[in-house]
Amino acid sequence: MTLINRPPVAATAPILAQGTQTPPPRRGFLRENPSIPWFLGLLTIFTLIVSVLSEGLGIGALSTSMVKILGMTLCLCLIAIAMDVVWGYCGILSLGHFAFFGLGGYAIGMWLMYARTEIVIRESLTGAVLPPTEAELSEAVAAQIFGVVGSSELPLIWSFAHSLPAQLALVVLVPGLLALVFGWLAFRSRVTGVYLSILTQAMTLALALYLFQNDTGLRGNNGLSGLQNIPGLFDIPQAVLAVWFLWASALALGLGYLLFAWIVSGKFGSVIRAIRDNEARVRFLGYNVEGYKLFVFTLTAIISAIAGALYYPQAGIINPAELAPIASIYLAVWVAIGGRGRLYGAVIGAATVSLLSSWLTGGGAPNIEIGAFRLMWADWWLVFLGLGFVAVTLFFPKGIGGLFDKIVRKAP
Amino acid sequence: MTLLEVRDVSVSFDGFRAINNLSLSIGEPELRAVIGPNGAGKTTFMDIVTGKTRPDSGQVLWGERQIDLLRLSESQIARAGIGRKFQKPTVFEDQSVRANLSMAVRNKRGPFAVLIWRATAQDHQRITELAHEIGLTERLDDRAGDLSHGQKQWLEIGMLLAQDPRLLLVDEPAAGMTPSEREHTTDLLKRAAQTRAVMVIEHDMEFIRRLDCRVTVLHEGSVLAEGSLDHVTKNQQVIDVYLGR
Ligand SMILES: Nc1ncnc2c1ncn2[C@@H]1O[C@H](COP(=O)(O)OP(=O)(O)OP(=O)(O)O)[C@@H](O)[C@H]1O
Ligand SMILES: [Mg+2]
Repeated sequence: MTLINRPPVAATAPILAQGTQTPPPRRGFLRENPSIPWFLGLLTIFTLIVSVLSEGLGIGALSTSMVKILGMTLCLCLIAIAMDVVWGYCGILSLGHFAFFGLGGYAIGMWLMYARTEIVIRESLTGAVLPPTEAELSEAVAAQIFGVVGSSELPLIWSFAHSLPAQLALVVLVPGLLALVFGWLAFRSRVTGVYLSILTQAMTLALALYLFQNDTGLRGNNGLSGLQNIPGLFDIPQAVLAVWFLWASALALGLGYLLFAWIVSGKFGSVIRAIRDNEARVRFLGYNVEGYKLFVFTLTAIISAIAGALYYPQAGIINPAELAPIASIYLAVWVAIGGRGRLYGAVIGAATVSLLSSWLTGGGAPNIEIGAFRLMWADWWLVFLGLGFVAVTLFFPKGIGGLFDKIVRKAP
Repeated sequence: MTLLEVRDVSVSFDGFRAINNLSLSIGEPELRAVIGPNGAGKTTFMDIVTGKTRPDSGQVLWGERQIDLLRLSESQIARAGIGRKFQKPTVFEDQSVRANLSMAVRNKRGPFAVLIWRATAQDHQRITELAHEIGLTERLDDRAGDLSHGQKQWLEIGMLLAQDPRLLLVDEPAAGMTPSEREHTTDLLKRAAQTRAVMVIEHDMEFIRRLDCRVTVLHEGSVLAEGSLDHVTKNQQVIDVYLGR
C-alpha cells in the first residue's frame, strides 16, 4: 500500500491522478446547516411583524417601549450566541462576557452623551454676542456632563468622544484588547475549568468596581444616560428610532449568527469542540490549543461588545451595575437553558428567559393568591429561574434546543 | 541515522523515580519494540518525548539539527513530526470518524489557516484511503463514540497515520483486538517502519515476535536489556523481572 510507504520527506499528500476518484459531493454551507435559513427566515418575519405592529411605522399595536424591549432582546440573543460559541463549543465557561457587552455600551454611550450635550450647548449659545471658541465649548460640555460627580474637566478617556468613528472603533478595540490580554495571560498559564471561570468573574468585578468610582471619568454610579437621544436625529420620534434600532439589532444578530455558524461548522468548529472535550489530546495532534482559545475568546468578546453598543441606545442608560458579575452568570444560565452547543438554542434561551423575566418582574403578570399566601412574581421569579436551571441541568442536559432533535428525528 | 536520542533522563513523582537515568535512541527508519513489567516507565517515557511530562534532568534530542524537545510545547513537538497513540484510546467521541481523521490529516494547524480551510480532493482521497486501511470505510459518518473498543483503537491508529509523523509512538495497540486484527496491526506497523521510526509498547509476546525487530526492555525506569527478541529473552535478569512472572 502506498499509504504509509511514502518517504517522509515528500510526504504531504499522495499524488492524485485527477478524476480517478470523485470526492463526496460537496454540499452547500446552507444545505449542511439547515438551521441557518430557518433562523434567518424567522428573524426576518419577526422583524417585519414587529415593524408592522409598531407605533412608529405601523398600526400601533405595539408600544414603543415594547419595540425597544424586543430590540434589546435581539442584542441579548447576539451575546448569547457568542457565549454559546465560547462555552458550548469551546468549553471555556467565561463568566465575564457581560463586561465586554458593557464596555461596548460605554464606548458608544460616550459619543452619544458628548455629541448630544455639545449640540444642546451650541444651540443655547446661538443668541450670544460672541460665538464660543472650541475650548469654551468643550469646557461647557464637560461641566454639563461631569457636574454630577463634582468635576468640570473632560477626562483623558473622553479625548475621542466627539468623534463617532473613533468611538465605534473603541467599541471593538477596548473589549477586544482586554479580552486578548486577559485571555493570553490566562490561557498561557493553562488556567482552565472552574479556575478560569473564577478569574473571569474577578475581571468583571474589578471592572465594575473601577467604573463605580467617581473619579475614573465615566460618571461613577450615575453611568451614562439619555442615550436614547441620537445626536443629529433629534427630530425623529422615539417611536421611529425604536424600529430603526430593532432593524439594526436584527441585522447584527443575523450576521452574527451567520458568522458563528460558519466558524463552528467547518474544521475550526471540529477543533474547538475537540478542545472542549479533551484539550490535551488536541495538543498531541499538533494544534496550539491556547491560540484557538484566545481567538474564540477575543472574537466572542468583540461580538458581545457590538451587541452592547446596540443595546444601550435602546435602554437609554448604562451604569456600572450592568457589568455586575451576576449578569454574566445569567448569560450562562440562558445558554444552558436554551441548549449549549447549538446556536439557536442560545437564542431560544436568551429570548425566553429575558422576556419572561421582564414580563414577570415588570408587573406584567398578575400575582397569584394561594390561600393566605400571595405569590409576588417580582420576588419569586429568581427562585423559579434557579429551580428551572437546576431542572434543565438535571433532566434536559441539552436544554430547550434539545427538543428539536426529537422533532427532527421523528420527521421522515 | 539517529532520529531521537534520549540522554540520561530522570523523572520523579512525589519522590518515586519513575524514570531513572534512561538513555535510549531510535533511528530512521527503524521498528523498535519496548517491553517491561507494569510500572516500568514505558508510558512515562512516551509522555516525556511528547512533552506531556517534563523530566527533572536529561536531554531529549530530535532530528538532524539535534533540537532539544524539552524546550518545545506538546503541539510543537507534534508538528515537528512525533505522533502518538495512547494506551487508552482517546478519540473525539462526539464527532464523526471523518471529522476525527480530518483533524489529524497533515495540514496547516494555525487557527486562521484552519478557519478558511476547505477539504480538497486530495484530503478526501487521503481520508478514504485511511478509512479503508483501518477498516472503517462504512463508519466514516458515524459518531466515533458509537464505535466498539477495537474500532476506536483503529481510529486512533488511523489518526496517527494521518498525521504523517516521522516517529510513531504506539502504546499497547493490540489491547482489545481480535487475533486477525492483531495481525493486521503488526503488518501496518512493519510497513510504516520501512520509511519511519516506529516505537511500539506491547505486553503480548506473540505480537512482539511477529514484529520481528530490535527489543528494548525497561525496568524501574531504565534500560535493562536491548537486542533481538531471542537475545533479551535469554537474559537472566529479564527472565527474573518480567518473563518469569
Ligand atoms: N503523573 C504521574 N503521577 C504519579 N505517578 C505516576 C505518574 N505517571 C506515572 N506514574 C508512576 O510511574 C510509574 C511508571 O508508570 P508507567 O505508566 O510509565 O508504566 P508502564 O510501564 O507504562 O506500565 P503499564 O505496562 O502498566 O502501562 C508507575 O509506578 C506509575 O504509577
Ligand atoms: Mg503504560
